[in-house]
Amino acid sequence: MRVEAQIEVSAPPELIWEAITDPSRMLDFMSGVTRWEVAGEKERGLGARYRMLMRVGSAEIGSLVEVVECDALRDLAWTSITGIDQRGRWRLRPMRGSGRGRSPRTRVEFRLAYGVAGAGFFGWLSERIAAPQVRGHLRRSLHQLKREVEHEQLRIDAATRRKARGRSRPRSRAS
Amino acid sequence: MAQRTSTARPAPAAADDPSGMPGRFARALAAPITSRIPRADLDERDPDFIRENLPRLWLLTSLWFRGEIRGMGNVPEDGPVLLVGNHSGGNLTPDTALLTLAFSGFFGVERPFYQLAHNLVLSMPGLGFLRRFGTVAASPENAEQALRSGAVVLVYPGGDWEVHRPSWQSGRVDFAGRKGFVRLALAHDVPIVPVVSIGGQETALFVSRGERLAKALMLDRLFRLKVLPISIAAPWGLNVGDFLGHIPLPAKITTEVLPAIHLREEFGDEPDVGEVYDHIVQVMQDTLDALVAERRLPIIG
Repeated sequence: MRVEAQIEVSAPPELIWEAITDPSRMLDFMSGVTRWEVAGEKERGLGARYRMLMRVGSAEIGSLVEVVECDALRDLAWTSITGIDQRGRWRLRPMRGSGRGRSPRTRVEFRLAYGVAGAGFFGWLSERIAAPQVRGHLRRSLHQLKREVEHEQLRIDAATRRKARGRSRPRSRAS
Repeated sequence: MAQRTSTARPAPAAADDPSGMPGRFARALAAPITSRIPRADLDERDPDFIRENLPRLWLLTSLWFRGEIRGMGNVPEDGPVLLVGNHSGGNLTPDTALLTLAFSGFFGVERPFYQLAHNLVLSMPGLGFLRRFGTVAASPENAEQALRSGAVVLVYPGGDWEVHRPSWQSGRVDFAGRKGFVRLALAHDVPIVPVVSIGGQETALFVSRGERLAKALMLDRLFRLKVLPISIAAPWGLNVGDFLGHIPLPAKITTEVLPAIHLREEFGDEPDVGEVYDHIVQVMQDTLDALVAERRLPIIG
């Protein structure tokens, strides 16, 4: 079963990419996820492995996942090695018209395909019954990511403005 | 999902039975059943089978029992562990289904997990699939073998005694003084993780354990059954024995996994078995009391 959600974020892809590739920040915005820990020596990038758990229904279920695609600032995809079968993807695309004097905007897409291979009818049924909850987690995760990244962008903008104001002040008093 | 126990004592030999007519008759009755009890073979656990059945368990525990399990992270990440649970729900125990799903979902089916069950459960026709889930007959040898292999082992010390307690004793942990699990943990120096559940005793109206009836019929000597439970359960109405199971009411099951207890760290090099037993029962009872306090209505939760 595949579920997806998308959102527009008023921030450049760099900030979003930093948030979604940093394993220590995942729990800050990922809804329903109770664990996202590094399993191995590599912390991020292609080949990095994470042990993740998501609360769905009566229990926390998850997998050991590995990053299988890492196209910087654009695509991050992972697939499961053990546990529940899953394939996930973050897709970041800068929006048209942003960045030319206007604040940069990015479209963020979060996809997750999950299931248990060979589970037959009950597997099919449980995937569909779990879908609204999983989709809800994805949507909430995107909103929380948006909030976090846009706050960060606001802080950066404010710092830039302060710096600009400082530069434009006359130095007469200091001299 | 069926009733499991950790009665870590060998069954009395049939030869100990009275030599009178009733004894001979009962022995003849017991022989075909006891001969069905399978030998423990840890290799019968089938991770692929468990994995393929996780959706079924998930549907059952999420939709029917609205299960909620907390604290799975308290189970040590690796090495052998003895999970000690209170047992509820008659011969169909939803808390075991929830724990099996939660364990497999949390640690993956690759981590070996065995559950000790009453001999009769494993010899019942149609319940052979439990062995593929990792259920083995409760005996000190099987438990030792599983712990030596580095597995996580689940025991229900209260066993058949606790699982058939009357519904109005739902909030009581009753191990009937069975301390075998403490000796087992000490012998193998493994941590004990208490697991406390509520809701199972609301899946039917359990009226009596029927221990006198069981004794009169010599079930205790023949099948290690100390009870012949009497309940009001769907679809039977009056249900004596619960041998065919029943349709459990959709009571909400809540399970709490408590922090691991490292016996020698907490009780010294030579812990007193009775002291450890009292401590564990008390900790579990306190947790169950809190779960009872949290529950607003029976069945609904």
